[in-house]
Amino acid sequence: MTTTPSTAASTPLNVHALRDQLHALAKRDGIQRWDLGASCSTNASVQVDRGEAKQMKASQRSSITVRVWNEAGLVGITSTSDLSQSGLEKALTGAKEASRFGNADDVPGFSPLATAPIPELDRPLQPAQGIQTLLTRLKAAEHDLLAHHKAIETVPYNGLSEGSSERIYLNSDGALRQMQRTQASLYLYARAEEAGRKPRSGGAVRVALGSQGLDVQGCVEEAAQRTISHLNYQAIDTGRYLICFTPEAFLDLLGAFSSLVNARAVLDGVSLSQVESLGTSVAVPFFSLHDNGLHPGHVGAAPFDGEGTPTQRLCLIHNGRLESFLHSEATARRFGVAPTGHAGLGAKVSVGPDWFEVGTSEGTSSGTTHLHHATTTEPFVLIESLNALHAGVKASQGSFSLPFDGWLVRGGERISVESATVAGDIREVLNGIVHLEADAKVTHQGVCPHVWVDGLAITGEA
Amino acid sequence: MSQADGLVASHPAERHDLGLDPGQTQWKSRLEALLGEGARAGADLVEVFLERTDHIGVLAEQDTITSVSPAFGMGAGIRVFKGHRDGFVSTNDLSDAGLLLALDQALAMLSLERNAAASLKAFEGLKPLRDFAIDKHQWLSQSPDLATSTALLLQGTNLLERHGKHLDVRRGSYSRDWQEVLVAASDGTFGHDIRLHQSSGLSVLAADGEHRASIGRRYGTTDRPDDLRNWDVESSAIEVCSSAAKMLYADYVDGGQMPVVLANRFGGVIFHEACGHLLETTQVERGTTPFADQVGEAIAHSAVTAIDEGLSAGAFGSISMDDEGMESERTVLIENGVLKRFLSDRAGEMRTGHARTGSGRRQSHGFAAASRMRNTYIAAGPHKPEDLISSIDKGLYCKSMGGGSVGATGQFNFSVEEGYLIENGQLGQPVKGATLIGEAKEVMPRISMCADDLDLAAGYCGSVSGSIFVTVGQPHIKVDSITVGGR
Repeated sequence: MTTTPSTAASTPLNVHALRDQLHALAKRDGIQRWDLGASCSTNASVQVDRGEAKQMKASQRSSITVRVWNEAGLVGITSTSDLSQSGLEKALTGAKEASRFGNADDVPGFSPLATAPIPELDRPLQPAQGIQTLLTRLKAAEHDLLAHHKAIETVPYNGLSEGSSERIYLNSDGALRQMQRTQASLYLYARAEEAGRKPRSGGAVRVALGSQGLDVQGCVEEAAQRTISHLNYQAIDTGRYLICFTPEAFLDLLGAFSSLVNARAVLDGVSLSQVESLGTSVAVPFFSLHDNGLHPGHVGAAPFDGEGTPTQRLCLIHNGRLESFLHSEATARRFGVAPTGHAGLGAKVSVGPDWFEVGTSEGTSSGTTHLHHATTTEPFVLIESLNALHAGVKASQGSFSLPFDGWLVRGGERISVESATVAGDIREVLNGIVHLEADAKVTHQGVCPHVWVDGLAITGEA
Repeated sequence: MSQADGLVASHPAERHDLGLDPGQTQWKSRLEALLGEGARAGADLVEVFLERTDHIGVLAEQDTITSVSPAFGMGAGIRVFKGHRDGFVSTNDLSDAGLLLALDQALAMLSLERNAAASLKAFEGLKPLRDFAIDKHQWLSQSPDLATSTALLLQGTNLLERHGKHLDVRRGSYSRDWQEVLVAASDGTFGHDIRLHQSSGLSVLAADGEHRASIGRRYGTTDRPDDLRNWDVESSAIEVCSSAAKMLYADYVDGGQMPVVLANRFGGVIFHEACGHLLETTQVERGTTPFADQVGEAIAHSAVTAIDEGLSAGAFGSISMDDEGMESERTVLIENGVLKRFLSDRAGEMRTGHARTGSGRRQSHGFAAASRMRNTYIAAGPHKPEDLISSIDKGLYCKSMGGGSVGATGQFNFSVEEGYLIENGQLGQPVKGATLIGEAKEVMPRISMCADDLDLAAGYCGSVSGSIFVTVGQPHIKVDSITVGGR
């Protein structure tokens, strides 16, 4: 028997059987209150190297997280990759053991919205094409990319994947959530080198509901253009510059400082915001920020979060003013508001952003509309991507010092910047925005226009 | 009954609660059946990695335990080689049917299928087990229980309060990772091991008006059940508070080109990022290392000797055997500036010709092994640390490093958590916000002085085969010139 690798949506989890199983086990152990999050996924991916298959991978993964509330009302949690009866039993026992160390000062509860209606998402499941088809398409993409310029000799980082996943949430009060989705991704990062010059690289990413829907040609073109545009590089003088962030770069920066709008971080004292920050000005008046996990461009959208709370569009900053934080059930209770659909599942529940939308607040303007990344003639630095965010960002201090890829643009001519860093403070960035371009771009991370900021420090080798 | 029949016939119920100890289970016969199936299908080599894990994570904030997170699991990764290609499948299903399904998937990736009688080369069975776990079966039960670990963390946050000032946030964290692995391959490889990693750390956020500083220190060992009990938590608290106090009012560093002195221990991240990754055969395969054809040539200053050590006692990156079943070894990478070896795994040896070094590592069964560093350090030199500092008129002293990375072009970067200006050969005022960037080919020849105070530090390294435990290390070193990003 030969099994063709496939990522077609696997047999759905039997959520009712799982609920009944857990209910029986909990009853046996005297556990009155519990909840559970489970996920299953299948994935297949390929990598190529100069026309040859390099590594092909597939996986089947499963995991459960169980929480229980003990007699004292304290919460314990355990995770396992074993979805069997014995795995579930062991997880329940572990959670009960861990509950002895639950935090009495901050006990998570069930989300009051765990049984509320959830939004309809138009994300039809896509059939898997199979790993040999993925391989053929990736080989062709690599071939096309290599053909774009003689200096592009390899595409050292590449991958084409497709997969399906399923997620459920249920609790002892009768909440029952279930979702399935499919997703595919392509990334191509080329490396180019010319005689006597340093190697340069550039890349692009695409995501889609299925591998058939991937914009392969667009990814090839973008990766090629970016790589080629970095060949003619020069060192940049250290100094302060007018900066234009690409949508991808600005979303990366904003994401690294998302603790600004994270209620958990606020309560933990590691955010730059405090409870009292709500209603205060944190950015220029024409700046707005929403979190919208339901955006049509969000391929990985889910209708509910880890606690079963429905996903929603949430205004975080409007007219430069901080309007709301991202919440779990526990943080929302502390703030006296409703959960926002941004929670994980844990003894201490994490909170995180879903899909940022950056834009100009309705009815406002920067007043500097002459700035545009494609036409502006005055000198500026166009930052294409930021690197090493895990190391160069101090979220609790607000500061960053990050290597970047980009260009010094003079009179419309782009000269790639060699080995440089950009540094600043996120508060200065948000208050130093001089313009948001009109056209927002839907990226795989969120929606954002090109963002102009004046006076950031750049350190170069010149 | 054939081996294949035996695999298919087994009951799915047996997939759970199976230990991996081959002395107590039927794993050898099950694995031989599986590997035999793969070999007969025409694979050049079939490898099975089985794993069982038991993790606990504990977090203390201020004076409260705020999170206790146990997790456990098991799974398998099956890799099939044919020519220079390989197919890899991971699964949580350890039943015979589940493993056969994974094998079929991996074979199909290489256009192979079972029962095709493609190969006349018989699988000769597994060699006698190399059991590195013989003395390790009690480690899990000997490790600190929850009561012990929670009490120690609360003691730690209490000590932070006692020794620190302006502390808005005090945190202590502990993680214990127990992993049992069984590796078998159709070349006869058969190895069993148990790994135990413990990591504990303290961190603070100090704030006074607009001034803020976040400082953390993490400590980690492997194969030492008593590690947490022996942790000198008060010294750690004093160290963290001392650094926070110095950095709270520090100015941002002015960027530019300058000489730097990097402190010992975690300063070793410079070699890890700047050069270590470029000496993995993974990078040779990709064509992303400038050193691919330079074995035997000088690639660094003659002051530099660099080693990747598999067996440093207790060090975070130590392994008895790698994740491909090969016994670990000591690998001299650079000797007096001359490139000696690359770190190689099974696929790296096959594709590049560099002999395996016991460096095939992976985060879990979900990843195929790749050539990765273990305990990587620059050897001690003849100087005293103060000699390095006194040789600089104007530069930067990096006492504590943050994380870093290296990209496709070999450009590396890492952040400085605690830094001081060097002026006229003396340490000056503290500065923050520095990031160091450069390229290995340019920077390695500029490491011109090594001190005599080699020390190691624990860390985590993320790369193609996931996040793994590693050690970085070095004595104090001087880099003659490097780009320091600042304001």
